[in-house]
Amino acid sequence: MRRLLVAVPYVWLVVLFLVPFGIVLKISLSDIALAIPPYTPTLDLSEGWTGFKAFLSQLDLENYVFLTSDDLYWKAYLSSLQIAFLSTFFTLLVGFPVAYAMARAAEEWRPALLMLVILPFWTSFLIRVYAWIGILSTEGFLNQFLMWTGVISEPLTILNTNTAVYIGIVYTYLPFMILPIYATLEKMDGSLLEAAEDLGCSRMQAFWLVTVPLAMPGVVAGCFLVFIPTLGEFVIPSLLGGSDTLMIGKVLWEEFFNNRDWPVASSVAIILLLILIVPIILFQRNQQINKEADQ
Amino acid sequence: MAASGNNEVFAPWKDRDAVPLIRIDQITKRFGDFTAIDNVSLDIYPQEFFALLGPSGCGKTTLMRMLAGFETPSEGRITIDGVDMASVPPNKRAVNMMFQSYALFPHLSVWDNIAFGLRRDSQDKDQVAARVEEMLKLVQLSQFARRKPHQISGGQRQRVALARSLAKAPKLLLLDEPLGALDKKLRQETQFELMDIQEKTGTTFVIVTHDQEEAMTVASRVAVMNNGQLVQVETPEVIYEQPSSVYVADFIGDVNLIEGSVAALGEGAELAWAEGRASLIGQLGAALSKGQSATFAIRPEKIAISSDEPLDRRNRVRGKILDIGYLGNLSTYHVELPEGPVVKCEVGNRSRIERRDFTWEDEVWLSWSDTAGLVLAR
Ligand SMILES: Nc1ncnc2c1ncn2[C@@H]1O[C@H](COP(=O)(O)OP(=O)(O)OP(=O)(O)O)[C@@H](O)[C@H]1O
Ligand SMILES: [Mg+2]
Repeated sequence: MRRLLVAVPYVWLVVLFLVPFGIVLKISLSDIALAIPPYTPTLDLSEGWTGFKAFLSQLDLENYVFLTSDDLYWKAYLSSLQIAFLSTFFTLLVGFPVAYAMARAAEEWRPALLMLVILPFWTSFLIRVYAWIGILSTEGFLNQFLMWTGVISEPLTILNTNTAVYIGIVYTYLPFMILPIYATLEKMDGSLLEAAEDLGCSRMQAFWLVTVPLAMPGVVAGCFLVFIPTLGEFVIPSLLGGSDTLMIGKVLWEEFFNNRDWPVASSVAIILLLILIVPIILFQRNQQINKEADQ
Repeated sequence: MAASGNNEVFAPWKDRDAVPLIRIDQITKRFGDFTAIDNVSLDIYPQEFFALLGPSGCGKTTLMRMLAGFETPSEGRITIDGVDMASVPPNKRAVNMMFQSYALFPHLSVWDNIAFGLRRDSQDKDQVAARVEEMLKLVQLSQFARRKPHQISGGQRQRVALARSLAKAPKLLLLDEPLGALDKKLRQETQFELMDIQEKTGTTFVIVTHDQEEAMTVASRVAVMNNGQLVQVETPEVIYEQPSSVYVADFIGDVNLIEGSVAALGEGAELAWAEGRASLIGQLGAALSKGQSATFAIRPEKIAISSDEPLDRRNRVRGKILDIGYLGNLSTYHVELPEGPVVKCEVGNRSRIERRDFTWEDEVWLSWSDTAGLVLAR
């Protein structure tokens, strides 16, 4: 019985990660073909061992070489990294003060505030992104409001630019930043700040020397939780971004569905995964260290 | 407890010319409509080891927090070293506090915790390092300097907190139940360590405790508080020997309380306590007038026990032994008087002769001298 329980996560990992990964890896080593499925070779077990060897010999790294030959791909990777970095930074910029205010709010208010942060998850993510189209478009609410107040006379072009993508990402991923930071700030002992003041810190110094370092585990966790999914983000850039918004998720989609080039798309996906492994490992390390410190 | 070199007793509060370090002038502190501190005035002198003693919720922490600057008084004035503290924030006061919870910074090592306050004063690195090493040595934690607070024991943490609050050499050190988390043995050791450090550094200490033994051990003066007011401020000896009220007598140590009314006032006071019995004679502990109801307070160790009537003493009562406790160095007897009260009496067991063989139900005489007891207002 216990063995079975231990086996569950491994079975989960094998069935839902390793097997699909193996399939994608294999496709990335194949060649494009006009067939169903649209690549070759496919494994035919009826010919036994020789068939398998023939199958292996047809696999190659051609698609990866191709990725380096067209600068679209590395530009997309770089631009994705840049967008992910910047939006993580903006999310932190917005999320930290919110989390801080929540943690300092009166105790009886905190559950309600927490609820408000989580509330958007109750509606579909797609609907919320579409709502942003309504807000940001040239005739959208934002422009109408700004024109009405007289701040601008000509409508701003926000939709279909990178700005809209940043807004969309910050909005969507904000709870993932707020929640871990709030968790660390909330359990912080208030007498630590008094001790810091007592020892000669101004309020501001106490904030930088005590609050910020103690919130660091939450900040790091939040940043990874935003950065990792943002890097491969597809929906937000394709709905809010413009033709010049270059993100690897979009490239991936186009390779699969517009060009029907599954092998190249697969190799794009494999590279993306390799890029993500670094931050994921760092994230795990961070969680591990926190756990040890808590004990 | 600091005594100056020439055997002169340290008692600046008796000296009219002495200038107090802290002047608490008619302070009141309200939280909403609850009065936590009620019109308290108090002077604390340099190099004192001053203890605030009182039951839970009487306002000790609140008073300390006002000294440190974390709470502002609703009324009244606090001056420290001649400076009005009204508009001085905590970080600008030459006061350091050792928190009840220690409040050590968990992300910093022991070394950095102690250096924290020193660095704020932008001293140069070598100076900070030298001072930290000195403090580490003082609290005997040099080999733990690199550890984080969660990697050391509770007693060690408490010493780090002490070192950190001492590092800046404050004029005034506030200790809020510093020894609350320690077991009895470590507690006693640390009490002596504290006294030692206080004497070495010459810092003025104000310590909060609700352990009366601790207050008596360490303090030069003790303030007994109740319901946000000071009941008595005196040296431990006076608090113990001449409590000003039944409340203080009862709060500090063991005491027998016998109710009655003032029968005569002379050099001392006489208390009529039971129909047809001779009055009890004791010192007058409070302003009383004849006929007023009062309480006679007598400490158990001042009562002698004998099987024959001690005719040479005016204070003598007869009763029956209810209970005997043998505590090694002393024995306690609970004696029930026919008039009602049960009187506790403590006898030292220093020699065989002193250890009489009384048993339960024995009829015995209890007696004490004319100056042993106190007549106090109810
Ligand atoms: N911030 C506050 N708001 C409202 N009431 C308070 C506040 N701080 C303290 N009090 C009240 O003031 C009274 C005195 O509190 P204080 O903490 O000074 O007690 P204490 O003597 O230190 O008690 P203990 O020995 O339990 O630590 C208590 O009744 C407490 O409830
Ligand atoms: Mg307290």
